[in-house]
Amino acid sequence: MLTATRRITNLLLGALGTAVLATLVLVGAGSPAQAAATPVSATAQLCAKPPGHKDDTIHIQGCLKDQRVTPPKPVPDVKITIDDSSGHPVGKGTSNASGVFDIALPGKPIDILGHSYTVKIDSSTLPKHAALRDPRQKSLKVLLRLDSDVFVTFPIADAPTEESQFAQGLQLAVGGLVFAFLLAMASLGLSLIFGTTGLVNFAHGELITFGALAAFAIDQLPGDVSLGGVNVTMVAGIITAIVLSTLFGWLQDKLLWAPLRRKGVGLIAAMIVSIGLSIFLRNIYQYFAGAASHNYTQWTSPAPWHLGSVDITPKEVGVILFSALVLVIVCSAIQFTRIGKATRAVSDNPALAASSGINVDRVISVVWSVGAGLAGLSGVLLGMTQGFDYQVGFKILLLVFAAVVLGGLGSVWGALLGSFVIGIFIEVSTLFVPAELKFVGALVVLIVVLLFRPQGLLGRAERVG
Amino acid sequence: MDWGTVFSQALQSGLGPTAVVYALAAIGLNVNFGYTGLLNFGEAGFMAIGGYFFAAFIATWNLPFWLAIAAGLFFTVILALILGVPTLRLRADYLAIVTIAASEIIRFTLGSVTLLKWFGGQDGLIHFEGAFANANPFHNSVDLGIVAWRPYDFWVLFLGWIVVALGCILVFLAMRSPWGRVMKGIREDEDAVRSLGKNVYLYKMQSLVIGGLFGAVAGFFVALQHTNMNPTWVATDTTFFAYTVLLLGGAARVLGPVVGSIIFWFLIQFLDVMFGQMTSGSHPIMPTWLMNTDQASLMRLIIMGLALMLLMIFRPQGIFGDRRELAIDAR
Repeated sequence: MLTATRRITNLLLGALGTAVLATLVLVGAGSPAQAAATPVSATAQLCAKPPGHKDDTIHIQGCLKDQRVTPPKPVPDVKITIDDSSGHPVGKGTSNASGVFDIALPGKPIDILGHSYTVKIDSSTLPKHAALRDPRQKSLKVLLRLDSDVFVTFPIADAPTEESQFAQGLQLAVGGLVFAFLLAMASLGLSLIFGTTGLVNFAHGELITFGALAAFAIDQLPGDVSLGGVNVTMVAGIITAIVLSTLFGWLQDKLLWAPLRRKGVGLIAAMIVSIGLSIFLRNIYQYFAGAASHNYTQWTSPAPWHLGSVDITPKEVGVILFSALVLVIVCSAIQFTRIGKATRAVSDNPALAASSGINVDRVISVVWSVGAGLAGLSGVLLGMTQGFDYQVGFKILLLVFAAVVLGGLGSVWGALLGSFVIGIFIEVSTLFVPAELKFVGALVVLIVVLLFRPQGLLGRAERVG
Repeated sequence: MDWGTVFSQALQSGLGPTAVVYALAAIGLNVNFGYTGLLNFGEAGFMAIGGYFFAAFIATWNLPFWLAIAAGLFFTVILALILGVPTLRLRADYLAIVTIAASEIIRFTLGSVTLLKWFGGQDGLIHFEGAFANANPFHNSVDLGIVAWRPYDFWVLFLGWIVVALGCILVFLAMRSPWGRVMKGIREDEDAVRSLGKNVYLYKMQSLVIGGLFGAVAGFFVALQHTNMNPTWVATDTTFFAYTVLLLGGAARVLGPVVGSIIFWFLIQFLDVMFGQMTSGSHPIMPTWLMNTDQASLMRLIIMGLALMLLMIFRPQGIFGDRRELAIDAR
């Protein structure tokens, strides 16, 4: 996914300030001519270690590779220059046949330590059809902290002019659609729970994380689950996550929320209890899963399909289809089954529902189970598409809130609509705002909508203030 | 197990600069939540605006200390007004979501690479405490036997507790005035106050501004305490901790936030050092399969989360609060 690479690139750029080894990936386009220029197997020559040097000066080295083909091919003959902090050029070099450039800095290491240098790439010397990923990122600042060579690479992709803004938007919208489906499942659970109990559950993010972790536990078991010779460990993981999350939600309601309701604890107090629960669970998760980010190991992603100008991976298609199926089933159940109708009745007016013979506690119990199951499922799928850590759910909690409030708190269709607006908006907005600020855009939309339509898009026009 | 160290470090933290910061933030929340009934979950956002503009005025724009303080307060008022217009008409739970969203908007924006040249990105701002450090009258470490502080830290906490005391006096005087009674009236029954011809919206706005200003002052102290202002100091958990501090001491009580902050940071540090000692050394008391040092550092937050739940369920009025006065419910 385009955004994923961009995110990784951002991480790498962020690390530059602190790390001595700053890696700058040149994702460029290799023309056939270049391929011909490197007749030997590209992988063998790619980023060959620069020749060792006897001088005790500090070198700035890097490797430029074209990642649009697999395996990546080196990008030769690109000019690189280095300026010192006052802007005077102090060195220049050209990438060789294996994509490597190696430029010595003048001066003894002891004299230049602590100085910063600007490494510039001459984008006009890049091969045809390749350009810097971010056209503004033509230079990188390097601060010398250690007496050792500094390694850099440059992020480059198709020239932006090559792809029309519409095509880019379409590609982003596909990524957004995947995220929207995940958001929709989490939001639906939150909205159902709010609708029936009035609880704004700040610990909903932890239900999402729970699903991701439950599947991770299956993933980490020794051996794998096979069905007819096919490795279906991840399928087993998803099913386990749904079952355990459902059970977790049911237990949470039985042991915590139902007693609180009976005790007559107010809604604001319950909300603060859920904040405590969120902090508690999040740290318990970190206790067992550690602070590191994880990926499912028994899950490999096949190459993406190209549909016109849009790339989509089979994984993304699978996530969309499966989520859509689940959402259709749940929404039909809410719309047509007895328990679904009872749920809507309780949402509407709990006292009236109870007096007309509906077992409100049972309905709430079911809603908690289903809501937690949906949240857990969205957690696994989120983990499969972009990795996860102990606070994956907490990080998207505000987006879930934004989706639910945007659609109208407590409204089923509102939660779905809000999720699609937020999910797609987040990705497509990166066309106009920096990727790091895409969450901000979604949250601003939330506040602006509330300004003009406090009950949300599909909420009932009752007094909310 | 060295209980002496555990106790002295806990006391050091309970009286230290962090406790000052959270006492100030909780006083702000007390004005919002305790007295006016506004569920402001964006206190970290006010701290961010206060701390960042204070630090940036000095570090980025080279302006004098007092102008930086004024700027921090000024932009906080602006934020409160911007935030108040769309949100103060909303129900309590909506208000909570919107204010928490606003504080995250602020944190993401101030920490972004886009504004790197002004606010320093994720590394934040440094080198702004010069004027403050030069005014430090303490030249030697302050050693009170059990607890000891470096001169700079003591200067921060000394001034901090004075500001906290002034804040408490201000809140005390404000809340026993007719104005304060209107505030409490809004908390109890907004419509009743409205029927008396008071402009509830305007009063809520004043509450938000005053609560926000306390947050901004807390932001100044965060920046000064760490001599660095970065986004991690103003995450959503900061607001949650401040709420825990407030609820522990007792909302709608003048000294609630102060006592709450001292006890909160005493206990947090106590647990941290205790579990740290249990898992350190070549023969730790705690078996390593059960808990390692990384996990030990999480224990305080696990217990804190649990404590917040239990506190809210069994004693929502905190240590000093009055249950009758604090009707915590959605209105």
